[in-house]
Amino acid sequence: MLENNDNGVLLNIENLKVVYKTDLETVEAVNNIFLTVTRGRTLGLVGETGAGKTTTALSILRLLPAATGRIESGKIEFNGQDILKLDENMMRVIRGNRIAMVFQDPMTSLNPVMTVGDQIAEAIELHNGKMPHDEVNRRVENILQMVGIMPQRRLEYPHQFSGGMKQRVVIAIALSCEPELLIADEPTTALDVTIQAQVLNMIKDLRDRLGTAMLLITHDLGIVAQTCDDVAVMYAGEIIEAGTVEDVFTGDRRHPYTAGLFNSLPDLRSQAKRLIPIPGLMPDPSNLPKGCVFAPRCGNRMDICEKERPGPVQKAKHRLSCHLYSLDRSSQHQEAM
Amino acid sequence: MQEKNIPLIETVELRKLFKLKGGSMLHAVDGINIKISSGETLGVVGESGCGKSTVGRLILRLIEPTSGQVLFNGQDISKFKGRQVHDMRRNMQIIFQDPYSSIDPRMSVIELIAEYLFIHKVFENKMETFNRAAELMDMVGLARRYASSYPHELDGGRRQRIGIARALSLDPKFIVCDEPVSALDVSIQAQILNLLMDLQEEFKLTYMFVTHDLSVVKHISDKIMVMYLGKCVEIADFDELFENPLHPYTNALLAAIPEPDISRRNKEMKVIRGEVASPINVKPGCRFAARCDDCMEMCRGNDPELIETSNGHSVACFKRVKAS
Repeated sequence: MLENNDNGVLLNIENLKVVYKTDLETVEAVNNIFLTVTRGRTLGLVGETGAGKTTTALSILRLLPAATGRIESGKIEFNGQDILKLDENMMRVIRGNRIAMVFQDPMTSLNPVMTVGDQIAEAIELHNGKMPHDEVNRRVENILQMVGIMPQRRLEYPHQFSGGMKQRVVIAIALSCEPELLIADEPTTALDVTIQAQVLNMIKDLRDRLGTAMLLITHDLGIVAQTCDDVAVMYAGEIIEAGTVEDVFTGDRRHPYTAGLFNSLPDLRSQAKRLIPIPGLMPDPSNLPKGCVFAPRCGNRMDICEKERPGPVQKAKHRLSCHLYSLDRSSQHQEAM
Repeated sequence: MQEKNIPLIETVELRKLFKLKGGSMLHAVDGINIKISSGETLGVVGESGCGKSTVGRLILRLIEPTSGQVLFNGQDISKFKGRQVHDMRRNMQIIFQDPYSSIDPRMSVIELIAEYLFIHKVFENKMETFNRAAELMDMVGLARRYASSYPHELDGGRRQRIGIARALSLDPKFIVCDEPVSALDVSIQAQILNLLMDLQEEFKLTYMFVTHDLSVVKHISDKIMVMYLGKCVEIADFDELFENPLHPYTNALLAAIPEPDISRRNKEMKVIRGEVASPINVKPGCRFAARCDDCMEMCRGNDPELIETSNGHSVACFKRVKAS
């Protein structure tokens, strides 16, 4: 085991830049992001479609589509070791064993012609060399019980399970090797609300029991509020705000995009009929604006926003990339007036 | 004024059973009675498979009901044939969930919007038709420069605007909105919801808004109907339903929504057990009984009727009706 003398940091991403290159265009999917997952804590990565959330997750596991996806620069440290420097063989030891991933759609991530028991056993056998059959079976049954499926059902095929149950199977496979980090990419988006609540409760419960750190990717701020300790808000390939949930949900300083997201949520408790949307659309990632990526849609836009990309401003754990909070804000602000 | 009292849309014991292989019956919609007055929005919520989209399609006669009636302005449209159905569609339209699979990818935006106008021969020449289509683009907030673009070039929000323009093109009185914002991101979802509300006000439209998302339905509806396995379990005014939900299933739905509020973080999320039962060959008895904590002897075997407990608030639950 590697030493950890870094305040419990399990995963540390620095300056990561990922592009998708095709003959026609270069899509800047992830731009110089910083991200930290702490042992035993859950980081929520929120953002809209196309913000680069899944690309970030796939680069951690080095699963980007080989033909187009490229990690241009940066480093991803897992337990202090830069995993971008590992070769494919060493990566396979980490992948599934120490970092596991749950994908969004449980219908397509299971093999339809293999029983669920065999699929869980496959993961265990792959990472545990010569484990005797009996023990593999015992572990399969234990893990099924853990995710709330009767162990007898291990002989059934995925089509015999409902959507919620399938997602439990996928989570069982991910947890079968007791990973240190679980990446869950929209694990409940395809499920109905009452089933979503069941699965989320189960994930929370298992996470607390096993002490697994988690990177939870979602577009739902409600899920973040209920399950995460830390949050990173992603927009057009950049992390524009990050901090603890308290910083982001109740802090007095907020990125205009985060504020806009909260405003546009339909609120169960408000009496207002009309919603306050964010005008416009996310910029085309093959043609990003020169300045702040959010500037074209921002209500607080200043001259500098269109010229310069804001660097992050940090206060305790709360990190914001917005000229409003830049140090030289006062002078710029006057210029804008 | 007798006219005033006739709801624009009314269904009477609307029922749709799908026949399956081996003679079993799938109860998609099982006796739904709704009334929607002119200018109102009825929100229909429920989980996947509860029959909410089927109700919308039955009303438009995109599928034929097994039994029951659909009245439009007091007129029974379930007996309409051929030409009458064609004409009826001028008054009743639908906006689909997935704006990509519901439009022809090989038609340009303006052609898509003009399609219904051509089918119904609203104008005499192409020129007038395309002018009207261009007006519709303005109405739904699509810049005219997209007129000759194809759907794949547009994002989800704009594609949904095409769907809305198409539905509006014939000046309908009633529109079924079938999960129109479910595929969209929140910031775009808010834009589309606002657009739908503006259009309703401007053209005095009547909506039936079908969705699985209670927080969306609250913003747009006057009345909300909660469905479970083909039955209406509760119907009430939107504020009443949220302040005073009666049916255990409505309560469970409300409790299951993760709220973007960290002060509620540690409250125990009340989760109902089990999953929706199969709608095939349903036995009599409350459909929710197997998942209900308040299930009593009489809930199994007897169908609870939808009973009005207070003004405009009806619930189909033995326990709640008794209590009030």
